[in-house]
Amino acid sequence: MTSIPYNPAFDERSHTYLNIDYGVRSWLLTTDHKRIAILYMLGITFFFFIGGAAAVLIRIELMTPAGDLLSDDTYNKMFTLHGVMMVFFFLIPSIPAVLGNFLIPLMLGARDLAFPRLNLMSWYLYMIGGAIALTALILGGVDTGWTFYTPYSSVYSNGYVVMTIVGIFLAGFSSILTGLNFIVTTHKMRAPGLYWTRLPLFIWSMYATSVMQVLGTPVVAITLTLVAIERLFHVGIFNPAWGGDPILFQHLFWFYSHPAVYIMVLPSMAVVSEIVACFSHQRVYGYIFVAFSSLAIALISFLVWGHHMFVSGQSTYASMIFSILSFMVAIPSAVKVFNWTATLYRGSVDLKTPMLYVLGFIGLFTLGGLTGLFLASIAVDVHVTDTYFIVAHFHYIMVGGAVSAYLGGIHFWWPKMTGKMYPEWWGRFAAFVLFIGFNLTFFPQFILGYLGMPRRYHAYAEEFQVLNVMSTAGASILAVGYLLPFCYLIWSLKYGKTAPANPFGAAGLEWQTTSPPPTLNFESTPIVEDEAYAYDKIEVPYD
Amino acid sequence: MTSASAPATEHEHADHAHQFDDAIQQHEAATLGMWTFLATEVLFFGALLTAYTIYRHYYFDAFRYASHEYLRWYLGAINTGVLLCSSLTVALAVHAAQHHDHAPGQSAAPPRIGQPKHLVPLLLVTMLLGLVFLCIKGTEYYIDYRENVVPGPSFFHPEHVPPGIDASHIRLFMTFYFILTGIHATHMIVGLGLFSWLTWNAHRGTFARTRSNAVEICGLYWHFVDLVWIFLFPLLYLIR
Ligand code: HEM
Ligand SMILES: [Cu+2]
Repeated sequence: MTSIPYNPAFDERSHTYLNIDYGVRSWLLTTDHKRIAILYMLGITFFFFIGGAAAVLIRIELMTPAGDLLSDDTYNKMFTLHGVMMVFFFLIPSIPAVLGNFLIPLMLGARDLAFPRLNLMSWYLYMIGGAIALTALILGGVDTGWTFYTPYSSVYSNGYVVMTIVGIFLAGFSSILTGLNFIVTTHKMRAPGLYWTRLPLFIWSMYATSVMQVLGTPVVAITLTLVAIERLFHVGIFNPAWGGDPILFQHLFWFYSHPAVYIMVLPSMAVVSEIVACFSHQRVYGYIFVAFSSLAIALISFLVWGHHMFVSGQSTYASMIFSILSFMVAIPSAVKVFNWTATLYRGSVDLKTPMLYVLGFIGLFTLGGLTGLFLASIAVDVHVTDTYFIVAHFHYIMVGGAVSAYLGGIHFWWPKMTGKMYPEWWGRFAAFVLFIGFNLTFFPQFILGYLGMPRRYHAYAEEFQVLNVMSTAGASILAVGYLLPFCYLIWSLKYGKTAPANPFGAAGLEWQTTSPPPTLNFESTPIVEDEAYAYDKIEVPYD
Repeated sequence: MTSASAPATEHEHADHAHQFDDAIQQHEAATLGMWTFLATEVLFFGALLTAYTIYRHYYFDAFRYASHEYLRWYLGAINTGVLLCSSLTVALAVHAAQHHDHAPGQSAAPPRIGQPKHLVPLLLVTMLLGLVFLCIKGTEYYIDYRENVVPGPSFFHPEHVPPGIDASHIRLFMTFYFILTGIHATHMIVGLGLFSWLTWNAHRGTFARTRSNAVEICGLYWHFVDLVWIFLFPLLYLIR
């Protein structure tokens, strides 16, 4: 590896991005992508626990068939709060804004993102948006569900709909600006020799995600704005009583929100590709297929939104087309899963914590994706739509998949981000608890849904109680699974072992700088001479 | 860089920000950034126009009637002319700014301090045209307000609506008219802000010194906003 030095004053030991300055201002006004990533991590963790608290209340309510703990009204507000926080303020920004922000310039061999100040501004937009949405819920909440279906949301609901929408709008802009930054950085700031075909698969997936963020988010932004306008000025945009078309809302909403489910899951695929390669010590099987499957997902997922509307009264022909296209979107997802498993098959697998999370991801995502195929078949969907089957389906993908991958990624790059190792055995234990807890929580929900238990009610028929109690029990195990990493990761900041530059023997430019990296990332601009994942040139670290 | 201890390197007085290798890279990044932003904007307006088109299809007669009765096509036409002129002055401004510039990237050449010819006046004319547009738009809004055709609680239910046309559909048209033109006008105002900033910097010679391509990039934005109007004008004013 040769390189172009650009920073003669570089001192490896004394200058990391963390210890260069300790003042509050140096954090709140930073334009360093790594510090902004940390700021995002704090914000995201906060909103995750808010959303989690709501989930706990929901699950406790559902232990008994009677609606006894929460009134129906409060229950509605709880699942809305849960959905809004988890989708818009946790999962959509999670991997891109934390790991993407931290890693993209490092992986590209750049000093920062293309627009560092814009990056800081996105964080502020996100936090202000979150604060506004949180205020709305402290003042009295919203009961529309995260989907804001009209005309309920735009005319009849009594909650703080407009305020919540303003919060989501701002968070949406933050997401657009992050995506824009990533796109430009990937195009223009790759180190010499880092051709597109040498990019880590992480970058490919993040790039596809960014394209979706940039093209999808404005649509939901304007759609929710229209809802707010209808509510404020009593003009009939979506309200049929005033000449509007409520189905149009659903089309516009899902035009964004289906791609949004991939905005949530593609970044986890990004993480998975890196971790699978590292811990099987092997180049990812079928690199080019995995790379282009990300783009294929980005493209096709813009064309399948109608599968959320099979029972809305859209034309049967439209439903059939959407059904076929939904089956097609499963192909690139399956390509990825097969290529990861092929990589595992040929590699020497090391079951460290990140790898455990990733194996969890692969299994749970596959289950979620396969049940997605059930739902894409119109006849089955008509039977299970709006039941717990749907709830189980998307939780397998979004929680079992995306959140596991996020945690796997946090563990994997924790040494790089903080300079400390996480405690390995606690990590493995937590990953295990999480997997058990997750399945116990959500597998019964597939059965519940299939048997006909509808979603979004605080009371249910007696015969569903056993499965619901199982689910609540699972949820408490799951909660432990989330609290464990929260505690031991904080613990490791002080007591963890000091991390070497490349503790796992991973390929990738980010591992060639110190842990944690200096403010400008590298001592000198790296010049890339290898394809990604040249694991045959790296020795397995001995530990 | 906020931190005082940022390594002192050749970047201190360079013609590009610290994250870039040279000015060419910075220019390309900035241009691509603006194009990406405009892609977002296309989808933003695209969703609105889709909704509008669908209702225009549902309630064609009402929309045609409302467009005839309540919009003044000649004011819209004048405004179209005004914006087209402003696009011309922007194009000339970009030309002026570029022709003063060195070819970007020749960092060895000493920075020439001074102002590109005509740049400041062209920017000022552009802003003036933008203001004229907003004034005419404001006048239209004012007339609508006087005639009570602004949708809202006090919306005036037109009395002479021909049979077969529902007043609520007229109101729907006016709603879209206000949303579309309102968002467009907001973009114009942002554009004026950008151009004030450009004018100030052009006046101080900043662009010549740093070889920035800011004029070009803000120009892209301005052209885009004009283009949106080119779609809005026929869609709203000229329904037949
Ligand atoms: C890969 C990531 C995926 C995520 C994050 C995801 C997420 C979701 C979510 C959130 C919903 C529920 C919407 C609601 O009613 O509130 C949903 C429903 C649905 N998903 Fe997925 N999904 C994914 C993959 C798939 C795949 C691969 C397919 C099909 C091939 C699929 C097909 C469906 C269908 C048809 C529904 C609609 C069910 C209904 O509401 O009746 N999904 N998905
Ligand atoms: Cu979908």
